[in-house]
Amino acid sequence: MFNSKDILETIKMIQEENLDIRTITMGISLLDCIDSDINKSCEKVYEKMMRVAEHHVETGEIIEKRYGIPIINKRLSVTPISMLAAAAKGSPVKFAKTLQRVAEGTGVNYIGGYSALVQKGFAAGDLELINSIPEALAETSNVCSSVNVGSTRAGINMDAVAIMGKIIKQSAEATADNHCFGAAKIVVFCNAVEDNPFMAGAFHGVGEADCVLNVGVSGPGVVRSALSKMPDANVSEIAEEIKKTAFKITRMGQLVGTEASKMLGVPFGIVDLSLAPTPAVGDSVAHILEEIGLESCGAHGTTAALAMLNDAVKKGGVMASSSVGGLSGAFIPVSEDAGMIDAVNCGSLSIEKLEAMTAVCSVGLDMIAVPGDTSADTISAIIADEAAIGMVNSKTTAVRVIPAIGMKEGDTLEFGGLFGSGPVMKLSKFSSSKFISRGGRIPAPLQSLKN
Amino acid sequence: MRAVVAVIGKDTVGILAKVSSICAECNANVMDVTQTIMQDLFAMTMLIDISSCSVDYNVLADKLKAAGSDMGLQIHVMHEDIFNSMHNI
Repeated sequence: MFNSKDILETIKMIQEENLDIRTITMGISLLDCIDSDINKSCEKVYEKMMRVAEHHVETGEIIEKRYGIPIINKRLSVTPISMLAAAAKGSPVKFAKTLQRVAEGTGVNYIGGYSALVQKGFAAGDLELINSIPEALAETSNVCSSVNVGSTRAGINMDAVAIMGKIIKQSAEATADNHCFGAAKIVVFCNAVEDNPFMAGAFHGVGEADCVLNVGVSGPGVVRSALSKMPDANVSEIAEEIKKTAFKITRMGQLVGTEASKMLGVPFGIVDLSLAPTPAVGDSVAHILEEIGLESCGAHGTTAALAMLNDAVKKGGVMASSSVGGLSGAFIPVSEDAGMIDAVNCGSLSIEKLEAMTAVCSVGLDMIAVPGDTSADTISAIIADEAAIGMVNSKTTAVRVIPAIGMKEGDTLEFGGLFGSGPVMKLSKFSSSKFISRGGRIPAPLQSLKN
Repeated sequence: MRAVVAVIGKDTVGILAKVSSICAECNANVMDVTQTIMQDLFAMTMLIDISSCSVDYNVLADKLKAAGSDMGLQIHVMHEDIFNSMHNI
């Protein structure tokens, strides 16, 4: 028989501390859907995805009921569409519309993979796809896009960085009447991972199997609650407690993933052990940092506390699962985290501090609203800075900034739901245009003489 | 297959009787029961064997939940595997 304390602990985690499975994401390879005729290719994509993912949402719902654990999102990710666009002539937006039809047909809430990997240069299809992103995101509601512009081995493609600043700006402008939401569906990566289940950056890498199931767990509320019971503990004791909590959360993800893959007849991929916050009260990464002892997130010491948190989450999670991957770490999106929003509003958290925090945690500058009149070059420069942190530290970094068209610093851009609301943040007033207009490539960094 | 039934709420007469009679109606065998009082709250956990249950797992779970809300209690029905995986190495 179980210990009733354990049972009640689990129930409390789910009921009061917002423990949930954030997403089960099925990755589907579309390499066998490539065709020189774009219409034929789209038909193949639709047919394959509908066949493979037919029971995805239903299976998630059965598991939710069986284990009494909410599974918030059921999603799909696909092979970067630029590879299909390379063979087919015509506007890649047709692929985005096909993915939208699949989202509606299967009932999943997002499909990721309207993507291109251009860290070292542009191949056929890449530029066409990138240039079509604003239109594709404006004309669809459930399709997400990502572009990888750098890696530790390849360096940073500054031509791509320059283009992405413009693309993000255009995506926001094309959806200005819809909270600039287009820009929230696009993320620019350095060192993108191929098995990430989280949006907007999910895509199904070419090194992956034909179809796999990846799981993303969450649980900032559970970690915060565990720490609140130890007000006088030292930092080693806190790290230990975070490990134990991460272990339990990840075990649950592992269970759900293996069960879902069994039911769907699809191999189990990875558990992404991320602390993914939501705007719900008590489900905040910033509040964990404050529980550790910072008056407000962003105060001096935030980077150190976050580094400890991020590492402890990984250590606890790695032991709990046979296969850990994805982005794994603490997410620090601004608009999706009640504590981060408060910290920005009270003046304790700036974009510079967020940038420093991304050097020690997963993933990057995420869900940050910036003034609507920010130039494309400034956005490119933000991307370049963030990509440089990822490139030098051999980690994944990403940028998902939303130019709030018509708004200025201090206003708030409302998204609603899991996306929350973003206070428009202050950026540097000085220009980076000359640097961005140079183009070219930042060469891959040296991996020795690390100082 | 075994499931855990957890009942949480204010202590009243007949909780155990009500829950176990629903289990009996559905041919779910009660294997173990523990109950504790935490402050004013009554907390009962029950392990039931549902391998020869006469109704679907979801039906049983919904019945128990509905009975819980009638009595002003929270009743959670969860497959035992979740506790096995979270609390055992």
